[in-house]
Amino acid sequence: MTWLSRNIDLVLELTLEHLWLSLLPIVAGLIIAIPLGQLAWRQQWLRGPMLSLVGLLYTIPSLALFVLLPPILGIGYLSRANLIVALTIYAVALMTRFASDAFASVDSHVRQAAVAMGYDGWRRFWAVDLPLAGPVLLAGLRVVAVSTVSLVTVGVLVGIRSLGFLFTDGLQRNIPVEILTGIVMTVVTALALDALLVLLGRWLMPWSRDGRGRVAARRRRSPRAAVAR
Amino acid sequence: MNLFADAFAWLASPEQHTGGDAIAVRLGEHLLYSAIAVLISAAIAVPIGYVIGHTGRGKQVAVAFSGAARALPSLGLLTLLTLFVGIGQAPMAATIVFVVLGVPSVLAGTYAGVEAVDERVVDAARAMGMTEWQILWRVEAPIGLPLLIGGLRSATLQIVSTAVLAAYVGLGGLGTYILRGINLNDYVQMLGGAIVIVALALVLDAAFSLTAWLAESTTRHRPGNAAKPAVVSHTHPQEGTS
Repeated sequence: MTWLSRNIDLVLELTLEHLWLSLLPIVAGLIIAIPLGQLAWRQQWLRGPMLSLVGLLYTIPSLALFVLLPPILGIGYLSRANLIVALTIYAVALMTRFASDAFASVDSHVRQAAVAMGYDGWRRFWAVDLPLAGPVLLAGLRVVAVSTVSLVTVGVLVGIRSLGFLFTDGLQRNIPVEILTGIVMTVVTALALDALLVLLGRWLMPWSRDGRGRVAARRRRSPRAAVAR
Repeated sequence: MNLFADAFAWLASPEQHTGGDAIAVRLGEHLLYSAIAVLISAAIAVPIGYVIGHTGRGKQVAVAFSGAARALPSLGLLTLLTLFVGIGQAPMAATIVFVVLGVPSVLAGTYAGVEAVDERVVDAARAMGMTEWQILWRVEAPIGLPLLIGGLRSATLQIVSTAVLAAYVGLGGLGTYILRGINLNDYVQMLGGAIVIVALALVLDAAFSLTAWLAESTTRHRPGNAAKPAVVSHTHPQEGTS
C-alpha cells in the first residue's frame, strides 16, 4: 500500500489518459455504426454480409490489429491514432449489430403514422426512428464502453500509455499492488462510464424509464445478445 | 505496402520453418494452450449452463458474472497471476486467466440455447412421460446445440486472442514474434507474426461457423422434428418485427 500512497499522482494521471483514449473510440463507434445499422436494417439483403464482415473484424486479436494498422494507415505504431483507430474498429464491429437490431425494434406502425403525418425521411429519422431505437442503442453502447476501456490497456504493449502501464511496470518491478491498482482502476473507469451512460439515457429518454427494464430483459433473453462478447 | 511484401517474404523464409522458434512450433503452442483452456472452460460452464437453463435459476448471477468478466483487463490478470505463481509457472497462470475469460461465453451460450427451446416442446416431452434428465439430454441439449457452439466460438476466439498477450509473460505462442519484434525494432517480424495470428483467428471462426451450420441443419431437417418452429421463432426474436 505504500506504493499506492507514493504514486497516487501517477495513477490519477494514467486514469485520465485512459479515459480520453476510451472516449473517442466509443463516440466514433456509435456515430459510424448508426448509419451502417440503418443501412443493414433497410436493405435486408445487406444485413447478412455486413454483419458477417463486422463479425470478422471483431475476431482479429487486438495486439495483431495494433501491428497491422500502422503500415495501412501510414502512421507510427507508437502513435495514439493507432490505438484509437483500432478500438474504433472494434466499437463499430460490436455496435453495428446492436444498431441494426435497434432500428428493427421500432414499431412499424409508429413509423407509418409518422409518414402519414407528412414527416420526410430526415425528420422521421431524428424524431421517430432514433429516439425509439434509443434503448437498444444504449444497451449496445454500454457493452462497447466496458469492452473498450478494458482493451485500451493492451496498447501498453506497443508503447501507448494508459492504466495498462501499471501492469507491465508492476510485473517488471515485482509490485503486485501496482498491477492490482491498475486492474481496479480499469474496472472503476469502466463502471463509471457505464453509470454515466445509464444516467444519460434516463435524461435523454425519460419516457423509457419503465421500458428500460423491459428492453434490457428482452436483450438478455435474446440468445444472440447473450452470446455476443 | 512494401512492409507487407517483406512480411510475406519473412513468413516464407526457411528460418521460420526450422528449429524451436519455427512458426509451426509457435502455432502448436498457441493451439495447445488455447485448446486446453477451452476444454476446461466447457467442462465447468456447460453443466452449470444446463442447470441454469433447465431450472431457470441463477441466471442473474451468471449475467452479472459475464458483465464483470468483460470489464476485467486480461493483460492485468495475466501479469498479476504470473507474479503470484512465479514467472516459471506462466502456463498455469495463463490457463487460469483463459478459463476465467472463457467460462462466461460458454455459460451464456449454453443457457441461452436451453432457454430458446419452446416451452410447449418441453411440456410435450413431459407429457410423453420423459424424465427431467431425458428432457435435458434428448430435447433441450440438441435444440440448444447451435447456440452452445456459438458460445464455444466466442470463448475460443477470446482465448486465442488473449494467448497472444500471454507471450508477454513468457508463454510462447504466436505473440512471441510481435513482442520480440517490438524489442528488436523489427517491424517485419511483428507484421509476419500478426498475419499468422489473424489467419489463425479467421480459420477458427470459419471452422466454428461450419460446425454451427452443420449442427443447425441436423436439428432442423430431421423429419418430423418438433424443434423446427421453436428454433426458428426463438433464435431471431427481433426479426419478426421488421
